[in-house]
Amino acid sequence: MINDNLIVGLTITVGSLAPAIAIGMIVSKALEAIGRNPEAASKVQTVMILGVAFAEAIAIYALVVALILKFV
Amino acid sequence: MASLNISISAEPIFHLGNFAFTNSMFVSLLTTVFLSLVAIRFYRFHKSKKPSKLNLFIQVIIESFYEFVQTITPHKASQFFPLIASIFLFVMFASWAGLLPGVETIGFRNSHGFIPLFRGGTADINITMGTAIAAVFMVQVFGYKSLGIKYFKKFFDFSNPIKLFVGFLELVSEFARIVSFSFRLFGNIFAGEVLLMVIAFLLPLFGPLPFIGLELFIGFIQALVFSTLTLVFISIAVSHH
Repeated sequence: MINDNLIVGLTITVGSLAPAIAIGMIVSKALEAIGRNPEAASKVQTVMILGVAFAEAIAIYALVVALILKFV
Repeated sequence: MASLNISISAEPIFHLGNFAFTNSMFVSLLTTVFLSLVAIRFYRFHKSKKPSKLNLFIQVIIESFYEFVQTITPHKASQFFPLIASIFLFVMFASWAGLLPGVETIGFRNSHGFIPLFRGGTADINITMGTAIAAVFMVQVFGYKSLGIKYFKKFFDFSNPIKLFVGFLELVSEFARIVSFSFRLFGNIFAGEVLLMVIAFLLPLFGPLPFIGLELFIGFIQALVFSTLTLVFISIAVSHH
């Protein structure tokens, strides 16, 4: 029942939950900030891209672990 | 059904003694040679003032990237720009090299199975970790250049125990940045290659088209993120506390 493929699937599934929520929160706050102050849009956008990259990196760690489990 | 050849570590194409020269290293070498040749041609046409459309195109890219660097470090952009632009261009073209026709498909067979001759430059953890170590090392170099020996007092602050602990955490976080840089880039690009291989198996010929577009975008974004994060860390290291 609990075989290797299930563990690999669960690794990437559970590992992407938190980054997905984090990216949603980051972008929503950035949009709020842009809506409040449209002149600072490009500054806010730069910082947002940075924040999204940090959050996405966590999901990529989970993906790399899943790939290692599957292919090594 | 034939099995997919997915190997998480880049396959060596030949060995120099104990050193394995992998297919990703080969593609990174070709990328560096390509970028150098483009730079040499730009310089020659620039010096002789000959008209050239390629020069104008390259100037557009370089100048818009310079303005982008200026938005993050307004005053010292010219000091940091060569490193940041080199990281950006190398990572972008090495990641895009994994999308060319013939990469991961043309190869030879030996005792270890099928060895592709080419593989995306940044799809090898060696290349990404090397670039990450170089970037974090250059952050320290710029910090030392602008603050002198006082820069290293950031990590070893003996005034009180809390600051000592915080300094130690900062030291650990420098090493964590190396791991984070390399795995972010490697994970994105390698996952993209796996995705393309699997989609090519499921929907041959036209299925991978939108995913190649996605990979172009991801290669650009990851190059931008790598160089921007390096620039942000440099600007933090250079600023006085």
